[in-house]
Amino acid sequence: MISLTSGQSENKRDSSKPIKCVVWDLDNTLWHGVLLEDEQVFLREDVVSIIKTLDSRGILQSLVSKNEYAKAMSKLEDLGLHDYFLYPQINWNTKSSSIQQIAQSINIGVDSIAFIDDQPFEREEVSFSLPDILCIDAANLEQLLEMPEMNPCFITEDAKQRRLMYLSDIKRKQEEEEFVGSSAEFLATLKMSLTIASAQEDDLQRAEELTVRTNQLNTTGYTYSYEELDYFRQSDQHKLLIASLNDKYGTYGTIGLVLVDCQVSLWTIKLLLMSCRVMSRGVGTVMLHYLMQLAQQHNVRLCAEFVANDRNRIMYITYKFAGFKEIEKTGNRVMFEHDLTHIQPYPNYMNLEIRDR
Amino acid sequence: MKDAKDRIKTFLSQFFGNHELQEDDDIFAAGFVNSMFAMQLILFIEKEFQVTIENEDLDLDNFRTINAIAHLLERKTTVIAAT
Repeated sequence: MISLTSGQSENKRDSSKPIKCVVWDLDNTLWHGVLLEDEQVFLREDVVSIIKTLDSRGILQSLVSKNEYAKAMSKLEDLGLHDYFLYPQINWNTKSSSIQQIAQSINIGVDSIAFIDDQPFEREEVSFSLPDILCIDAANLEQLLEMPEMNPCFITEDAKQRRLMYLSDIKRKQEEEEFVGSSAEFLATLKMSLTIASAQEDDLQRAEELTVRTNQLNTTGYTYSYEELDYFRQSDQHKLLIASLNDKYGTYGTIGLVLVDCQVSLWTIKLLLMSCRVMSRGVGTVMLHYLMQLAQQHNVRLCAEFVANDRNRIMYITYKFAGFKEIEKTGNRVMFEHDLTHIQPYPNYMNLEIRDR
Repeated sequence: MKDAKDRIKTFLSQFFGNHELQEDDDIFAAGFVNSMFAMQLILFIEKEFQVTIENEDLDLDNFRTINAIAHLLERKTTVIAAT
């Protein structure tokens, strides 16, 4: 095991937790030299190939640098690298606050961020305020790609496109902010198309990835191995559905998953999860409504398990607002049931395609 | 309660654009409930009015209209006052 962790963060972070975003410093980290002082700066050896490799593994990247925004961005543009960094924070704020800003914008936990800087002071400032972060000394860059945290078990199709999907998200958000009208009217302009399909073998890696990566929009937190998912996919007593979303800006990829245990007269939703990128799109509710209709057609009861944690209250609300009622509660575990008497029609702002076997 | 209704209306207006929301308009009629909006609404109510929305309160009918939310708040604050 290679450990490049520096300073105080050393024993606090669980190294099995994958890194979702690498945040780079600029001066004397990404490049040699100081942009505002030196006549010229030169990219550090191998840095381009590191950036591209991380990108191809589906690991996002951003910047925190105490610098002049316009000057730094134009330099990055000259180097052809500006598109690799989401929500770059180039300002004079503390780096810990800039990193929190990035975490918030991307909507990930700081415990899935790695921060690379040449200066011990900056690394210590960051790990003091954000102890769960992985701080890396820029001097150890050549070993970065070998670190277990930087090596996801699978690299799915979605992972390869992740940065581009985030870039189109930024465009969507800008347009949403400028939009005059209601949220529903805005959603209608996106021309969204949701596909709900039974999981195929090709989908299983992404399905496993979703169960591991999704904490917030996850109803039970149950994780399943590739083999288990492969079994559910083929079992008559289970339904494993995946959802993917497209709109006029492009694809969001595979963004939702639901596992249902199907007994003769009772269906139980074991797991429902969604990517945080679609939390304002109504996807979870549409998936629930599809299951309600199906349960009604099959004349079975529809229940759903829920396990509360400190982050998934939003999914509790999603079930309740979809009309599910608590029928049993033990500790943080809840069993919901929907009586299937009143099922709303699908929303008209979303085109729905079902490919359920 | 008039004041509470106005505050709720101001919060909701950011989601409803130019549409003038009435106190008994069904705010979920126009489209589906999305998780983000539902969560933002609950967090707003908790913060703005210093109440805790319990799991039992999380029934769509308690949040369907500005009037319904005001009723819920009234019930919750009376309970607090009574204890």
